[in-house]
Amino acid sequence: MDLNTIWFILIGVLFTGFFFLEGFDFGVGILLPFLGKEDKERRIIINTIGPHWDANEVWLVTAGGAMFAAFPNWYATLFSGFYLALFLMLLTMILRAVAFEFRSKDKNPRWRSWWDWMIFVGSLVPALLWGVAMANLLRGVPIDASMTYVGGFFNLLNPFALLCGLTFVLVFTLHGAIFLTLKTDGQISKRARAVAKALWIPAVVSLVLALGMGYFGTGMAARLGVAPIVVPLIAVVALLLVSWFLYRERTGLAFVLTGVTIAFSTITLFMGLYPRVMVSSLSPDWSLTIYNASSSPYTLKVMSIVALILLPIVLAYQAWSYWIFRQRLVRESPLEY
Amino acid sequence: MNELLLARWQFAITCTYHYFFVPLTLGLSILVAIMETRYARTGDEVFKRMAKFWGKLFLINFAMGVATGLVMEFQFGMNWSEYARFVGDIFGAPLAIEALLAFFLEATFLGIWIFGWDKLSKSLHAAAMWMVAIGSNMSALWILIANSFMQQPVGYTIRNGRAEMTDFFVLITNPNVRFQFPHVIAAGITTAAFFVLGISAYHLLRKSHDLEVFRRSFRIAVVYAVIGTVLVILVGHGQTQHMIDTQPMKMAAAEALMQTEDPASFSLLSIVNEADMTDIFSIRIPGLLSFLAYNTFQGEVKGIHELQVTYQDLYGPGNYVPPVAVSYWTFRLMVGAGFLMALLALVGLYLVFRERFEQQRLYLTLLVPAIALPYIANTTGWLLTEVGRQPWIVFGLQKTEDAVSPAVSAGMVLFSLATFTVLYGALMVADIYLLSKYAKSGPEGQEDLSPAGAH
Ligand code: HDD
Ligand code: HEM
Ligand code: HEM
Repeated sequence: MDLNTIWFILIGVLFTGFFFLEGFDFGVGILLPFLGKEDKERRIIINTIGPHWDANEVWLVTAGGAMFAAFPNWYATLFSGFYLALFLMLLTMILRAVAFEFRSKDKNPRWRSWWDWMIFVGSLVPALLWGVAMANLLRGVPIDASMTYVGGFFNLLNPFALLCGLTFVLVFTLHGAIFLTLKTDGQISKRARAVAKALWIPAVVSLVLALGMGYFGTGMAARLGVAPIVVPLIAVVALLLVSWFLYRERTGLAFVLTGVTIAFSTITLFMGLYPRVMVSSLSPDWSLTIYNASSSPYTLKVMSIVALILLPIVLAYQAWSYWIFRQRLVRESPLEY
Repeated sequence: MNELLLARWQFAITCTYHYFFVPLTLGLSILVAIMETRYARTGDEVFKRMAKFWGKLFLINFAMGVATGLVMEFQFGMNWSEYARFVGDIFGAPLAIEALLAFFLEATFLGIWIFGWDKLSKSLHAAAMWMVAIGSNMSALWILIANSFMQQPVGYTIRNGRAEMTDFFVLITNPNVRFQFPHVIAAGITTAAFFVLGISAYHLLRKSHDLEVFRRSFRIAVVYAVIGTVLVILVGHGQTQHMIDTQPMKMAAAEALMQTEDPASFSLLSIVNEADMTDIFSIRIPGLLSFLAYNTFQGEVKGIHELQVTYQDLYGPGNYVPPVAVSYWTFRLMVGAGFLMALLALVGLYLVFRERFEQQRLYLTLLVPAIALPYIANTTGWLLTEVGRQPWIVFGLQKTEDAVSPAVSAGMVLFSLATFTVLYGALMVADIYLLSKYAKSGPEGQEDLSPAGAH
């Protein structure tokens, strides 16, 4: 396997990590205004992700940095091409990041309610837009011979992309609801479980449609053949089993399964792309690939060594932080802030 | 207005804004870690209240740094896609390493620190803050390695129409980093020191509750301020000399030095006609610039006109003079603020030794507005660095006008620029409101401000 492929996989891993981790904390953010009926409950809900959301977001920062380092043309075309979508995502994520820190720093109920809604918006919009962006990478967008995006904002809003956006929102919210069921008790936990059960059917329907459209509608089936269909199938089967575990109160397993769904859906997407990183709808020759978009072999080598050393260390201390905060948050827990 | 101009404004505004929060993070993380270590060692509750009080302010500031940093990470691709293609092979690497090595460390351990007071032992909890401090300061190192390549490209070759890395070690030991990194770290220390001094002075003046917290904070911060200002000036001197070697045009603009001089004079006050690059008015101290440059009163410093001719020969026709007035005044503001702070710090140290600082009401009163000084110096310092490099985005290799994204229209940038400006303005109001509320409330008041029943 060449270094270009390894870096393609590595960026896939970073996005998988981002969607898995930020997935539940986007989900928790989306549910916040609905599951937290009063101030204290909302504080508890926020605190379930309080120690983790920033580190989870760094997965995105790292994915961005890694794209820049390994595939500069991908980074350049994607972020200048999807300018307004990305701008909207940044805008809402800024408000979200600030909201976590600011919301409890003033007693005024209107102040708090404003920031709680910013957490909602800052979780919903990025989840939706990431779905839209990822779908468009695969479906193809107008890219010319100089690797420049020549479409507009509305090119991005096609049915397949919107369906993927919706799927991201539903699956992340489900993932978040299950996480909340696990991390809280009493009323909040009950409500979260009820939401998870209600969300399950729409999530399954939407995921099946999106994967189907992706697999058969973007030429993936024709390009890759039948064997890779195992991967999206695992994503679907895992999601189907979630309900079974939810009803049997095996919530931990249900959480693992939504995680499997997210991971395998992301892998499906990257498999569909390979060896391209952005498909041109104008001409197959103008697609960006892991070869024409990449850095020099020397840079890839240096970065491989760096990543090989650092990534395991990062994983170890992040795991440790989840271990420290493994307990459920109950009303009597000391709530910092 | 064209896309280039708008993109530059957007970059300048978002970058300056991000850097409003960064230096305090760099310096205060270390200071809080020191306070908490003292608590872990001695078990003295005063140190715990100190760490908690300054830690709270640190967090309000930190949130803004994170939120605005996210924009920075993607802006190179959004607005400067041709730049990203041209230098991605080199510039992307330190950026990715920054995230892997520094941001993860910082974000993870800060989460542990905030929520871990009752979950970790005292010393483990203090160690978490040290991790945050190491993470932040390491993030500065890597972003400055990236920025230094723009100031002084090294370890590369031009191949396939772009700059490709040839030696990673040369890249990370760029001579420019050796000045820039210590200067930025010292500036961070100075920023945190004056922040703590100003707020402590405010409480000492009012004789607030829990004065002991502010007395001790004051003593620590005075020492910190002396270290910070002395270092920042010494390194800044070295940086000036380095600049004359590598970017003489920036120096000439910063000194409004029209003609090459030997010995060269230092400008006290110059007003320049930028249209034809002539002095309208200028008072200069003979020989002082040569001294700054070479530590002796002899030596040639090149002026704008000669450099313009040299660069035209080297790089082809074009205008190679950066905006002179901006370079000139930002340099003066930074250096002025630096010396003023050094003076304040030394007076403070003397008073602390004499155990007289609590009675010096005038001095304490001065320290409150002095919180603005490091912010002025930091912002003007970066303006000098970035504006003085123009017209280059990567010195000698790529011009800013060739770097901008072709896929992005002026209308789109205008929209994002306007929105960012409004949002950032509003967030600044909220941030200052919270910071001053918590700063004024003191360590005890803080408990009351927490959500009902949360403690
Ligand atoms: C507390 C903040 C602070 C203070 C007191 C000073 N500086 Fe500074 N300076 C900075 C904060 C700063 C900075 C914001 O951190 C910069 C921007 C880029 C950099 O490396 O540091 C900077 C840049 C910067 C540059 C531009 C480097 C370049 O463009 O490559 C020079 C020449 C100096 N400084 C020199 C000085 C001198 C001679 C000072 C003497 C008083 C001084 N600085 C005080
Ligand atoms: C954090 C403090 C910084 C500030 C306040 C700052 C400020 C600025 C300003 C004012 C410009 C516009 C110059 C002009 O158009 O005349 C600029 C340009 C730029 N800076 Fe910085 N900068 C900072 C740090 C950095 C760092 C660390 C990097 C790189 C890692 C960087 C990369 C750039 C780039 C790519 C441009 C291109 C746009 C242009 O030259 O107009 N900046 N910066
Ligand atoms: C000299 C200039 C800079 C320094 C010293 C610096 C340092 C820092 C530090 C210490 C933080 C932690 C948060 C805080 O400070 O409050 C931070 C956040 C961040 N910075 Fe900067 N930065 C600089 C410029 C830039 C630039 C040009 C970029 C763009 C690549 C950038 C990207 C980021 C990102 C993505 C974050 C958020 C990290 C997180 O989520 O935890 N920074 N920066």
